Amino acid sequence: MAIFLTKESKVIVQGMTGSEGQKHTRRMLASGTNIVGGVNPRKAGTTVDFDGNEVPVFGSVKEAVEATGADVTVIFVPEKFTKSAVIEAIDAEIPLAVVITEGIAVHDSANFWAYAGQKGNKTRIIGPNCPGLITPGQSNAGIIPADITKPGRIGLVSKSGTLTYQMMYELRDIGFSSCVGIGGDPVIGTTHIDALAAFEADPDTDLIVMIGEIGGDAEERAADFIKANVTKPVVGYVAGFTAPEGKTMGHAGAIVSGSSGTAQAKKEALEAAGVKVGKTPTETAGLARAALAG
Amino acid sequence: MEKGRTRVDLFEYQARDLFAKHGVPVLAGEVINTPEAAREVAERLGGRAVVKAQVKVGGRGKAGGVKLASDPADAVEKANQILGMDIKGHTVHKVMLAQTADIKEEYYVSLLLDRTNRTFLAMASVEGGVEIEVVAEQNPDALAKIPVDAIEGVTPEKAAEIVAAAKFPAEIADQVADVLQQLWTVFINEDALLVEVNPLVKTGDGKIIALDGKVTLDANAEFRQPEHAALEDKAAANPLEAAAKAKGLNYVKLDGEVGIIGNGAGLVMSTLDVVAYAGENHGNVKPANFLDIGGGASAEVMANGLEIILGDPDVKSVFVNVFGGITACDAVANGIVQALELLKSKGEDVSKPLVVRLDGNNAELGRKILTDANHPLVQQVDTMDGAAERAAELAAK
Repeated sequence: MAIFLTKESKVIVQGMTGSEGQKHTRRMLASGTNIVGGVNPRKAGTTVDFDGNEVPVFGSVKEAVEATGADVTVIFVPEKFTKSAVIEAIDAEIPLAVVITEGIAVHDSANFWAYAGQKGNKTRIIGPNCPGLITPGQSNAGIIPADITKPGRIGLVSKSGTLTYQMMYELRDIGFSSCVGIGGDPVIGTTHIDALAAFEADPDTDLIVMIGEIGGDAEERAADFIKANVTKPVVGYVAGFTAPEGKTMGHAGAIVSGSSGTAQAKKEALEAAGVKVGKTPTETAGLARAALAG
Repeated sequence: MEKGRTRVDLFEYQARDLFAKHGVPVLAGEVINTPEAAREVAERLGGRAVVKAQVKVGGRGKAGGVKLASDPADAVEKANQILGMDIKGHTVHKVMLAQTADIKEEYYVSLLLDRTNRTFLAMASVEGGVEIEVVAEQNPDALAKIPVDAIEGVTPEKAAEIVAAAKFPAEIADQVADVLQQLWTVFINEDALLVEVNPLVKTGDGKIIALDGKVTLDANAEFRQPEHAALEDKAAANPLEAAAKAKGLNYVKLDGEVGIIGNGAGLVMSTLDVVAYAGENHGNVKPANFLDIGGGASAEVMANGLEIILGDPDVKSVFVNVFGGITACDAVANGIVQALELLKSKGEDVSKPLVVRLDGNNAELGRKILTDANHPLVQQVDTMDGAAERAAELAAK
């Protein structure tokens, strides 16, 4: 089963013809992803050769969806063009859009998030500024290395890319149902809560590991959600205990979130919801092991 | 620090200039950095002027950073008193001279990102002039919070809704609504994350004026805001931070002894934590910096990073913590070896021990490269926690 992405997923790549897009399309194909097309209006009708695998290029997401039945798009276009790429994906009503691009202006992400809402949220957005998601042994949509872990029964949701990899590697002997990198930007599509809800409902997930970091109040809200809705064991890790106070948006920002956004506040909120929180990634992996053995 | 430099906080005078550019009513004002310059500016402003310290910290009034000057000679005197003053650790390098105003009432308005609800928010209160978090805590009903749709923005209807929710008096309602729409143009056209006016004042003749403002810009929008680079406060940056920035590195100076290099903001933050925990057993040593070399760590990036960190006199040991995702560990290892050679050939003092932990993509190859290089300063430890322990121990010696 897994969440959001399976071996049945048909994946297209917006920005496949660019250098980043090509590099990662090749890696995704190598890890078994069913890539059915790319999108570039200036190269529509051509194909790109990936080691003998000819992938067709379409003029728009809509055309690609109509021709291939694609249900996932992975977006690699440069930050200037990302907002319009996401809006194009929303207009095509593709069920999942994974936005890898980093450095997107907040007004752009707030804008495409509002647009998705106007259109009835038919497209799940993951990211921006995220490594994407992987269902090991089935499909890989984004830039997560596929060979550092194996299929298994742990679900992972994380704000941070490299900490996702670290945790996948720490627990590689047990393996993962799905690993979702949601990104740490101020405005993101899929949240910890969305992933927690999906893992709770997924019969192939026995335990959930969630990784957070300083800023915002997403971990605190996830803690409330876990308390009320999650029956599976959850193990957590929060990065940034020793980070100096970031320049958040002055005092007005803290009033809005109602939380200090510190790692300590997040840890306390998670522990109050029954989540075991590790001090280091390795200790967290140990807690996950113990919970599964328990 | 999250994900590097993404926000640019402006000085009051810069906020004032942006307000003026978009039609928000402000008082005339000019910024200066020498006392002598105050005379001419005060004359232009009509003799009397308010002299205001330009620091990015609240509470400057109480600290003596705002003074009324009765004439141009007095303005020089007051500017002389304020320039160089220390306000909560911030040295005053500039003062703004502004026209005086006959203040009758003080209000508060702001527009900002509401991260929780993934939209924008307007906040307004008729109890301005004090720190707004005090109002939020002691009298929350006096602070109206109205969501603003990112696509629709502050329309005349939305402005009227905000004004009504905050209970602004009827005789100024239209003026405040206009100001809110003007502030929205600042917010959207300048890619701001925060636009705050405190106080927004009513003068004796019934006019509404933005007397003091705070603006935070989104550095990720620089591709369409070429003028914003000039608004960054380069003088305030630590010299090591300035040098790192010139090399395109995502570096923040901290006050510990263990230099840190890693890839990915989350892993580097985690590395700081793990080193601080290890330091508890080793003379309380702490991380000396945050440095995220990102993906694709070339020898050059590694050399640049090591040069900055080894150039920090506070650093006693260095911890290189890399999990190769896209980054290949053999490239990182080659980078370390070449960087040490490069720095030595440039005549730099390379004498601090390096603890290296490599995992992930091509880790075995990377470890072998370091083992074969057999550099006397480089030690390898297999785990992140173990390597942090070793780096802390070395820094405590």
